[in-house]
Amino acid sequence: MFSRLSRWTLALPVALALALSGCGSGAPAASTSAGSAAAGEGAKEVTVFAAASLTGTFTELGKAFEAAHPGTAVKLNFGSSATLAQQIVQGAPADVFASASPATMKTVADASLASSPTTFVRNKLRIAVPADNPAGVDELKDLADPAVKVALCAEQVPCGAAARKALDAARLKVTPVTLEQDVKATLTKVELGEVDAALVYATDVIAAAGKVKGVAFPEADQAINDYPIATLAEAPAGPLAQRFVDLVLSQQGRDVLAKAGFEAP
Amino acid sequence: MAASDRVEPVSPRLARSDRASGRLPWMLVLPALAGLAFLVLPLAGLLIRAPWPTLVRRLAEPQVLEALRLSLVCATVATAVCLLLGVPLAWLLARVDFPARRVVRALVTVPLVLPPVVGGVALLLVLGRRGLVGQWLEASFGVSLPFTTAGVIVAEAFVAMPFLVVSVEGALRAADQRFEEAAATLGASRWTAFRRVTLPLIMPGVVAGAVLCWARALGEFGATITFAGNFPGTTRTMPLAVYLALETEPEAAIVLSLVLLAVSVVILASLRDRWVSAA
Repeated sequence: MFSRLSRWTLALPVALALALSGCGSGAPAASTSAGSAAAGEGAKEVTVFAAASLTGTFTELGKAFEAAHPGTAVKLNFGSSATLAQQIVQGAPADVFASASPATMKTVADASLASSPTTFVRNKLRIAVPADNPAGVDELKDLADPAVKVALCAEQVPCGAAARKALDAARLKVTPVTLEQDVKATLTKVELGEVDAALVYATDVIAAAGKVKGVAFPEADQAINDYPIATLAEAPAGPLAQRFVDLVLSQQGRDVLAKAGFEAP
Repeated sequence: MAASDRVEPVSPRLARSDRASGRLPWMLVLPALAGLAFLVLPLAGLLIRAPWPTLVRRLAEPQVLEALRLSLVCATVATAVCLLLGVPLAWLLARVDFPARRVVRALVTVPLVLPPVVGGVALLLVLGRRGLVGQWLEASFGVSLPFTTAGVIVAEAFVAMPFLVVSVEGALRAADQRFEEAAATLGASRWTAFRRVTLPLIMPGVVAGAVLCWARALGEFGATITFAGNFPGTTRTMPLAVYLALETEPEAAIVLSLVLLAVSVVILASLRDRWVSAA
């Protein structure tokens, strides 16, 4: 048993070395093909970095773009806007950045990597409650009740900053049980019934229809979130990047986004 | 036999023979160095980018100390829980022949494979307010684990326990069972034999497993934030603080990561010295 074990421990580094050398020879080949495509008759691939809240709509728009431009492929990377902004600043090869907050777009613009961002949609907060609304929440003031378990986004992420603004506007002091790292995590806590209420975006409530109920509240107007989109300075896809942005800003794009609950800017 | 074999490499006899042969086998040394570089370079990246001038000021912030204290307490309690439950589980897997043992062994490693966030959701489905067990816990005892420090410990123990079980089971399989049999012929019960013979024999394996388990618990992020949430003072451990800092202030995130790394390296290194010299 012991000798078998030592044979394995020997084999492992060798396998790793082989795997590493495999990666080494593979990576340059891949980048050359991408490079030649960019240098040739226009790139055939657009890489879009988009905020997690755009997952549904941008997937749909990506398919529409591929249909309108045969032979092209839209690669979508969804994540927290702040994380995506960091990745772009660190040199990730993206063509388009659609962010959930002007602040994260500014990170990219400050590194002179994005030019003239355009606000393409706005998102409003809603109170999300479990389908049976166990705590009977029907206005923002109910969240201040200590008996009501509330989840908010952390203030470091856009939905948390918006929640803070709305609560400040209403002069309410809410003590949440948790400050979640993104809006989807916040919504999950409501879906599972772990909290009685949470502040999320209108679009999230629509996406989770059936599992959560949304309650609109007037103070949400004080905390509207703008979503900017921009092509990136070093876009490998070149002009194709602008064409994707044009699609998002077109009537077709607006329809897709409105259906998901986004408001026009 | 196996146990005595394993302490051999540190004996002077072997060290001498190694020097006599002179040459280190490059087939081992090259991948070893590559492996070391692979593990250490990201750490170097953190050190290079660390905002040294503001380091002290950032460290003195009360939230940092609070998160660090919470991390250390939770990881330690989680390790204790893992020891209490995991060592007997490892014994069961190594010493008791029962049907479907292979399946059970595979199930034990599920938390290793499961993305931690999924693990957190799974915990919510069982121990959450509307979960299978959690519902009953709240109705009968008024206990609700999510969003509490106890919830952090549960999440960390869930993710870290397989490390302990796998290490201890390996140690049990390598330990010579004849010692236990000898104890049994001398009239010791299986429990006494375990406590007085087996446990001391496998102690190095238990310690190694506990150290791995503690380190994993200390760095736990996904299951913790999903199951226990994130609130300063009760559930915001260092990894959660790092993640949030990354959203707005990457420099602060680097500082927090360095604190976590420094503390864990110091603790692990001192523990290791203690146990290696004791062995």
